[in-house]
Amino acid sequence: MTGAGSEERLSPALRTEALEELLTERGLVDPDAVDRLITQYETNVGPLNGAKVVARAWTDPEYRRRLLDDGTAAIKELGFGGLQTECLVVVENTATTHNVVVCTLCSCYPWAVLGLPPSWYKDPAYRARMVREPRTVLAGMGLELADDVRITVRDSSSEVRWLVLPERPAGTEDMSEEQLVSLVTRDAMVGVAKVVAP
Amino acid sequence: MDGIADMGGTEGWGPVRPPRAGEPVFEERWQGRAFALGFYSIRVAGWNVDAFRHATERLDRSAYLDDGYYGRWLNSAELVLTESAILAPGAIDARARNLRGEHAEEPPVPEPARPAYAPAAEGSLRTVDTPPAFAVGEQVRAKDMSPPGHTRLPRYARGHAGVVELIQPAAVLPDTNAHFVGENPQHVYSVRFDSRELWGAAAEPFAVTLDLFESYLEKIS
Repeated sequence: MTGAGSEERLSPALRTEALEELLTERGLVDPDAVDRLITQYETNVGPLNGAKVVARAWTDPEYRRRLLDDGTAAIKELGFGGLQTECLVVVENTATTHNVVVCTLCSCYPWAVLGLPPSWYKDPAYRARMVREPRTVLAGMGLELADDVRITVRDSSSEVRWLVLPERPAGTEDMSEEQLVSLVTRDAMVGVAKVVAP
Repeated sequence: MDGIADMGGTEGWGPVRPPRAGEPVFEERWQGRAFALGFYSIRVAGWNVDAFRHATERLDRSAYLDDGYYGRWLNSAELVLTESAILAPGAIDARARNLRGEHAEEPPVPEPARPAYAPAAEGSLRTVDTPPAFAVGEQVRAKDMSPPGHTRLPRYARGHAGVVELIQPAAVLPDTNAHFVGENPQHVYSVRFDSRELWGAAAEPFAVTLDLFESYLEKIS
């Protein structure tokens, strides 16, 4: 931890560099493995995976049924799974039911389908308030829900991970699965936004 | 433990941040490195993800908050690596000072003290022979407990009643696994709590589900 008392605070960038040196010079961590893990989450594993799952569910009723029945198995069909997504439960948002995901204890998040969490998801204000006043929090994030919409907050307190299947917006009936993929946002798959037609 | 990490329902954090389009995965280079080093520190120390989360929740307020999420990864890695004696206390700061041209004395490399721990299998899901103690639709109560060590039962749910919505795959119990005293796999239940049960009659109408281990729950008699 950073030095206590009146000592000048060392920047996290410098401390990270120091940690990396200490571990790599003793052969405990391979710097190439560090690079690979970073590249993995910067380029390969992100919300595009989840968008493909959602677009498939919107266009294939049998897949949608399997996805809601066993999320882990259904995303595996598309080649997705792995770290922080041992058990995935998919819940559907409709005109009258709204699910939104949080982790109040840390920042658990379904990495395999959404990548690493965005800054707002890790923010104390989101973690603290989403389980206490979700309607107010969602409005503050730009999502106003009608009074008759029933909200369920999914607090990720075990290794179970949650993914929201957003409602398919009206006006997208003629769009292909590939076109739909580009509409689906990370925010909608966490439940802090809706998908909107182009 | 009732630490800073257990934030559900607490006040004083200010407004939420609206999502920003095009936010990079890592805003600064060190954040990606801290993430990866934190990830690998678990393996280097011979720990597990529950023990890593418990390290994070034992950080002091400044170490937990000041440098955000990836600051937590960095500081958790330091705690994991010093407690397993891979690194000496102060080793990172001393090296950091030397990296910027100071002449700090670095502590000697200690004799590693990895825990006597090996997972029974990969990941956290396990098979449990006993049938689930609670059924879907059954009313249960989250125990009013406040253990000194790691737990995944948040304070805001303790003592409150809910309904079992789903039975999830059985998994390693974090409360013991984090302390290397056994996996104790248990059934896990998604329990639905009404907002008025949690926060009183004036609460917004909504429900919260938590995924709770069997030993966190008791029957309502």
